[in-house]
Amino acid sequence: MMSTLLELNNVQTHINQFHILHDISFEVPKGEVTVLLGRNGAGKTTTLRSIMGLNPPTEGTVSYKGQVINKWKPHMIARNGIGYVPEDQGIFGDLTVGENIRVAMQKEDETTTEHLEWVLELFPDLKKFWKKPGGQLSGGQKQMLAIARAYVNDNELLLIDEPSKGLAPIIVEKVMESILYMKEKTTIVLVEQNFMMASKIGDSFHIIDDGKTVHNGMMSDLKQDKNLMKKYLGIA
Amino acid sequence: MDLFFSLTVNGLATGMLIFLLAAGLTLIFGLMDVLNFAHGGLFVWGAFSGVWVYDLTGSFWLGIVGAIITGLILGAIIEYLIIRPVYGNHVQQILITLGLMLVLSELIKVVFGPDQKAATAPEYLQGSFMVGDVILIKYRLFIILVGFIVFGVTSLILKRTRIGLIVRAGVMNKEMVQTLGVNIRLVFMLVFMVGAAMAALGGMLMAPYSGVIYAEMGLEFGILAFIVVVIGGMGSFSGSLLAAILVGLAQAYMAYYVPALSLAVNMLLMTVVLIFRPQGLFRVGVK
Repeated sequence: MMSTLLELNNVQTHINQFHILHDISFEVPKGEVTVLLGRNGAGKTTTLRSIMGLNPPTEGTVSYKGQVINKWKPHMIARNGIGYVPEDQGIFGDLTVGENIRVAMQKEDETTTEHLEWVLELFPDLKKFWKKPGGQLSGGQKQMLAIARAYVNDNELLLIDEPSKGLAPIIVEKVMESILYMKEKTTIVLVEQNFMMASKIGDSFHIIDDGKTVHNGMMSDLKQDKNLMKKYLGIA
Repeated sequence: MDLFFSLTVNGLATGMLIFLLAAGLTLIFGLMDVLNFAHGGLFVWGAFSGVWVYDLTGSFWLGIVGAIITGLILGAIIEYLIIRPVYGNHVQQILITLGLMLVLSELIKVVFGPDQKAATAPEYLQGSFMVGDVILIKYRLFIILVGFIVFGVTSLILKRTRIGLIVRAGVMNKEMVQTLGVNIRLVFMLVFMVGAAMAALGGMLMAPYSGVIYAEMGLEFGILAFIVVVIGGMGSFSGSLLAAILVGLAQAYMAYYVPALSLAVNMLLMTVVLIFRPQGLFRVGVK
């Protein structure tokens, strides 16, 4: 049986005076890809930001490897093995590709070197444009860099927010391929609007609606449930 | 031509003093999003503490070290006690740092007395030498040299070291830096301390340059530094050097050729830059 790597229990998050997350509860089994689905504004991105400590929960618990991490600062959460790829990719525009990756490398040991070699093999464009400023990369290349940066450390869990957003279909394929590769080595929580991509990568899913987790199950089952897809995802 | 050359050297020397003040200010604004109106107070504390050590020991170099240490300590205290509680709130930052500026200036009078203090350059930096028909004043050249060394070393640190990369990345997107495992609060304090030390060094170098130091000079130079930061591009280290040199040169030329405009020249320069390049001469990287 799969062990649980991350668990959210009745997480509620406020941003200023706004109550964004009302009740988010789900478990992330180790070694799987858990997909968070939902319409725009449902609270998927805030959920990832709450896990990462960027918008800390005001109620409920986030447990990672059995430890409650609600009160931890984002850098502590990152140092404990959670990598984050934000929706806007968070590329440092003035830094070169190499520098973007160097900032991310928490240490330079055998594992990170191995990870770096692996991502450069996976994304040859990053090697090609190693000295090019991050701000001058195409949308797809920026996404590759953001994923590489999160993966280069020995992270046990990756939180990836809408990796296909704004990318051409051919680039989406490439990004999807890379996440499928990473799936073999790490656990992933994926927020994705592109249902085709989510269904190909995901093992299990949780639907978030109006700041609450309203439904969950295996991805293979969701594809059969047209009513559920229409009700919560607007997919006919 | 020799007059023009002398004015240029004067302008460069003044520019370098402003640069030392503005460089810290621009990094503090760029990385920490803090509008520090008390930065001139660190300049004046550097001047007074450095001159005090210089008088006490007779060593100009120990005076410089004293000023830098004062800047580092004051920077740490101010960041921890005053700035940290107001992160993210510009109105509070302006109010509290303006108040702090006044407190720092008045505290100078409490600690060092209300009078102006005289300061002279050490003997080996006094006097001048001739290159052709041009008279070069040694101390001014020394200030220019120190300014370029500080710029060179800081640029090298910003470009070649991991901490430098983190600072540059933090200027662009501090939230992302945290999610990569960096304790941004520690980096904030470090940058504030280094910025304060640069300002204090500028103050110490200013002392023999102007001959006298007084408690209110921090406010005057603080305003110049803000102009430089706006012209150079808020958060841009290279921009602050170029802008400081421009401001220094413009002041020197105008004071001689168009004295009536000498007080307004900095504001005019800032207005022109803001009209044509609202983001300043150097734009700090997109997120």
